Amino acid sequence: MEKNTSCSFSNLSSNLGISCFIAFIAIILVRVIYVIYGTGKPLSKRSPQQALSTLIVLGSGGHTAEMINLLLVLQKDRFTPRFYIAASTDNMSLQKAHVLENSWADSQSGVKGISAEFMQIYRSREVGQSYVTSVWTTLVATVHALWLMIKIRPQVVLCNGPGTCFPLCVIAFIFKVIGIRWSSIFYVESIARVKKLSLSGLLLYKLQIADQFFVQWPQLQRKYPRAHYVGCLM
Amino acid sequence: MGESLDGVKGKRVVFVTVGTTCFDALVKVVDSQEVKDELLRRGYTNLLIQMGRGSYLPTKSTGDDGSLAVDYFTFSSSIAEYLKSASLVISHAGSGSIFETMRLGKPLIVVVNEDLMDNHQSELAEELAERKHLYCARPPTLHLTIASMDLKSLVPYSPGDATPVAKLINRFLGFPED
Repeated sequence: MEKNTSCSFSNLSSNLGISCFIAFIAIILVRVIYVIYGTGKPLSKRSPQQALSTLIVLGSGGHTAEMINLLLVLQKDRFTPRFYIAASTDNMSLQKAHVLENSWADSQSGVKGISAEFMQIYRSREVGQSYVTSVWTTLVATVHALWLMIKIRPQVVLCNGPGTCFPLCVIAFIFKVIGIRWSSIFYVESIARVKKLSLSGLLLYKLQIADQFFVQWPQLQRKYPRAHYVGCLM
Repeated sequence: MGESLDGVKGKRVVFVTVGTTCFDALVKVVDSQEVKDELLRRGYTNLLIQMGRGSYLPTKSTGDDGSLAVDYFTFSSSIAEYLKSASLVISHAGSGSIFETMRLGKPLIVVVNEDLMDNHQSELAEELAERKHLYCARPPTLHLTIASMDLKSLVPYSPGDATPVAKLINRFLGFPED
């Protein structure tokens, strides 16, 4: 008799464990679906004074030049503070961002100091690196990306194609799911992509992680109808 | 004296740039007799090569004997100055170099690197060549492009504009339109 009750008790507890687990998964799934549903829906009206913290992911050469052309026409008082991230192997891009921020600071001297920060991120894999060591470096890069994102918790993410932007966008999406921070992710495919999306672009489009997806050539818009064709940035 | 003054005036520089890449195939082909002869025939006097990380060294020449003057360097912090003084630019297919050259209104031949694995870069050069903003070549066909190009038929590129993107981003975030 005693044996029987203990047996049914352990049965009950394992059943409870399984149901808890299923409930947990179900909640996560519902939340993911809710976030995907909410992604791409415009935000409600806000005043220009309600500034949004903005993460700007820079790439190398051409990518950075395109991003700077976009930043030049965005209202800097709305997108503030600004956090710039570039790969740790790329010094040129952050330097260009510095020059841009300094030119803004000069043009409005007297107004409160520059609200910009510059950060570097480890790359998961350098060109030509072996796949064995890249398992380790990918792990390090992911932890580093997570750490930076926890510090920044941006409300707006702007990126235009470097490979480094994909993990950052995924983390921003996970933050939406867990409820840490709701962000709007904007992806502008590089002008160099005329017929095919880049891998990061394709993933962000297919997984519906990007809230708005922009392409610079009409051929691409015909292939990816959810994208907005915006003409050339350069 | 008069001669040297004339020399400066009549200088027509071809500037070759590979950016930060390693593109020996391009450096080699512009250093070939075939291409140099063709450039001379088209009235160019100087060939200046920015060779980047490549290992192939072109043969320098002062051009005193009526041949093309050839000079090279690896990197420079301001490519813009070289672009401005050029009469013709021969460039790798990187979007940075392409748009910087077109913005300066310089005639441009883009040479696609056939050795690159993921060769999406040719997409941009081919699209812009179709729109007649530049000529697109491969290393083996560069001399043919130089021989047959008609620079007057190139269409000037009008620089793009990021305001449509900025407008859409502002609208999405709920900011008022100005």
